Amino acid sequence: MRPHHSLLTAAAVSGLLLVTACGSADPAGSGRPGGLNTPDLKAPTALGEAEGEVNLIAWAGYVEDGSNDPKTDWVTAFEKQTGCQVNAKTAATSDEMVSLMKTGAYDAVSASGDASLRLIASGDAAPVNTALVPNYADVFAGLKNKDWNSVKGVAYGIPHGRGANLLMYDTEKVKPAPDSWSAVFDEASAHSGKVTAYDSPIYLADAALYLKATKPELGIQNPYALDQKQFDASVSLLKEQNKHIGEYWSDYLKEISAFKSGDSVVGTSWQVIANLAEAEGAKTAAVLPKEGSTGWSDTWMVSAKAKHPTCAYKWLDWIVSPKTNAQVAEYFGEAPANAKSCAETADKNHCATFHATDEAYWKQVHFWTTPIEQCLDGRTDARCVPYAKWVQAWNEIKG
Amino acid sequence: MTTLSPSPQAAGTGGAAGPDRPPGPARRLAGLLHRRPRLRLAALLTAPLLWLVLAYLGSLAALFLSAFWTTDSFTSEVVRIWSSRNFEELVGSPVYRTVALRTVGVALAVTGLCALIAFPLAFYTARVAPPRRRPLFVVALLMPLWAGYLVKVYAWRLILSEGGPLDWALRPFGLSGPGYGLTATVLVLTYLWLPYMALPIHTALVQLPDSLLHASADLGARAGRTFVSVVLPMVWPAVAAGSVFTFSLSLGDYITVQIVGGKTQLIGNLVYSNVTLNLPLAAALGTVPVAVIVVYLLAVRRSGALRSL
Repeated sequence: MRPHHSLLTAAAVSGLLLVTACGSADPAGSGRPGGLNTPDLKAPTALGEAEGEVNLIAWAGYVEDGSNDPKTDWVTAFEKQTGCQVNAKTAATSDEMVSLMKTGAYDAVSASGDASLRLIASGDAAPVNTALVPNYADVFAGLKNKDWNSVKGVAYGIPHGRGANLLMYDTEKVKPAPDSWSAVFDEASAHSGKVTAYDSPIYLADAALYLKATKPELGIQNPYALDQKQFDASVSLLKEQNKHIGEYWSDYLKEISAFKSGDSVVGTSWQVIANLAEAEGAKTAAVLPKEGSTGWSDTWMVSAKAKHPTCAYKWLDWIVSPKTNAQVAEYFGEAPANAKSCAETADKNHCATFHATDEAYWKQVHFWTTPIEQCLDGRTDARCVPYAKWVQAWNEIKG
Repeated sequence: MTTLSPSPQAAGTGGAAGPDRPPGPARRLAGLLHRRPRLRLAALLTAPLLWLVLAYLGSLAALFLSAFWTTDSFTSEVVRIWSSRNFEELVGSPVYRTVALRTVGVALAVTGLCALIAFPLAFYTARVAPPRRRPLFVVALLMPLWAGYLVKVYAWRLILSEGGPLDWALRPFGLSGPGYGLTATVLVLTYLWLPYMALPIHTALVQLPDSLLHASADLGARAGRTFVSVVLPMVWPAVAAGSVFTFSLSLGDYITVQIVGGKTQLIGNLVYSNVTLNLPLAAALGTVPVAVIVVYLLAVRRSGALRSL
């Protein structure tokens, strides 16, 4: 027994030494102070030959090659036209997208606003030369050079489209039809145990948005710029809500199954989930509540370590081309980014339904943005709670 | 090798060497190994030890080390500055304590339930069932291992759903299913890990000599007495071995609880939700199950169950 033990101990110690040696050999000082000091990366000035393939990270429903639904396919034509074979990886959350991008194995990503700034700051996403994306010219002005897709006037991606986080409810069990987020906050007890919410720290902004309307004394201007007091109020609202939550969702298939079986009857959703749930026979409807809502505006970004940059740029141009952008927007249930797409949709009312050209409507939607210490609403007399603290608070809320 | 060749020349070099011929390389190597037992041991153990040290202990050490780093609060990049902040947070924050205790509770409950269910099942398959049918029953016992993990858990999601099969089955008794939550998690984990408990107990019961049971009966012990004084002490090490599987597997699980656990969080979920944003904190959280398992193994060892394995 004794020699066996000493052998194991020796093995453990040598393993530890080895790892320590490796750790200290790594270049130190990768720590960068917070704020937006962007790494020095250059956008390409010209494109080369197509590399034959492109690796994408995307939200479900953004890169469809007909395997989910033979009628829904905008990848095959792209592959034929450019010779770039598309390999797509579907990510469920923004955090997953960030970690996948860090691997360096992907060329482009459809990043939401709560991921894009992090990707820029960490040097994982490169600036994009919009001159190499001809269709960028037709993108709505309201989507260009925003907080979540550019830094100091330099574009870091191509806008894909935009949409709102909606309130979905079971039309048979939730009566009268709700028109306010109070259905999942102050009045959540009416459906205790069957309320659902999006499982991500960014969901704190939904609570902040509700407090903005119902507790004006807190002075919330922007749900992504919360000082400590506003933040604490949002956290306690969500802790109260937690008592009535049945389950949190991040996998959209899980939410569809919960609404179909009746395990969830009211909660946050996306238009695409509402469409799919209805198509599968669930008695559901989705509304944009009167308080407005949070939303997303996704950006196709190119990896700083892209191995197939030409194909990535070709994909960026393809996804915002009028016809393709119309197809994606209709399938996913969002407003297209390209103004010319409205003429290409199968349902001629699509752009009207999704308020594609209605800038007043989008004023009510607060697009996901990564919270940072410098308050995004322009306050200089307060320090805001950064995203890392949101993550911590989210763990505490779930308990 | 040349030894397989029937030609006399090859047989001469590889096989029984004549006194006038120098021995072949294989022979010389064999001779060397025979003279130097340490070299023999090194050749035998180098590859597995490299695996053990580099891949196995190395990853554990890397985990423990990175738990002492911090992250840039904005980009989530790991900053390699030594700090024990993560562990202070782990101990100081009530949410991590609660979740850790909940996780250990779930693992203990699953282990207890598995033992309770597996024992009678294994007793039947090992000692009561007609010997010809025993292999069939063992296969049936292990059948759940044939299907994919996710398939089984999603099946349970349907079984436990509102108005699902379980609700339907319980309705005549005026009851309803537990719904998604902690109970559902324990139930599904018990289902998942049951074979890992049942198989060792079955094997131990098969090996239990009939003569001991007869002797016990001859000395006047009733069934209960025989069970407590003869069967249980003999099978106890197998229960302990099975419990190590069920306990450690439950301790690390985070997928089942995501699918059927409702809003329940276990340690695995905290690790998962932090791994992309705060790797060092995730690593610190990851050391908790390791520590718990070490304590558990020490406790099992103290009970003497490992000695007779």
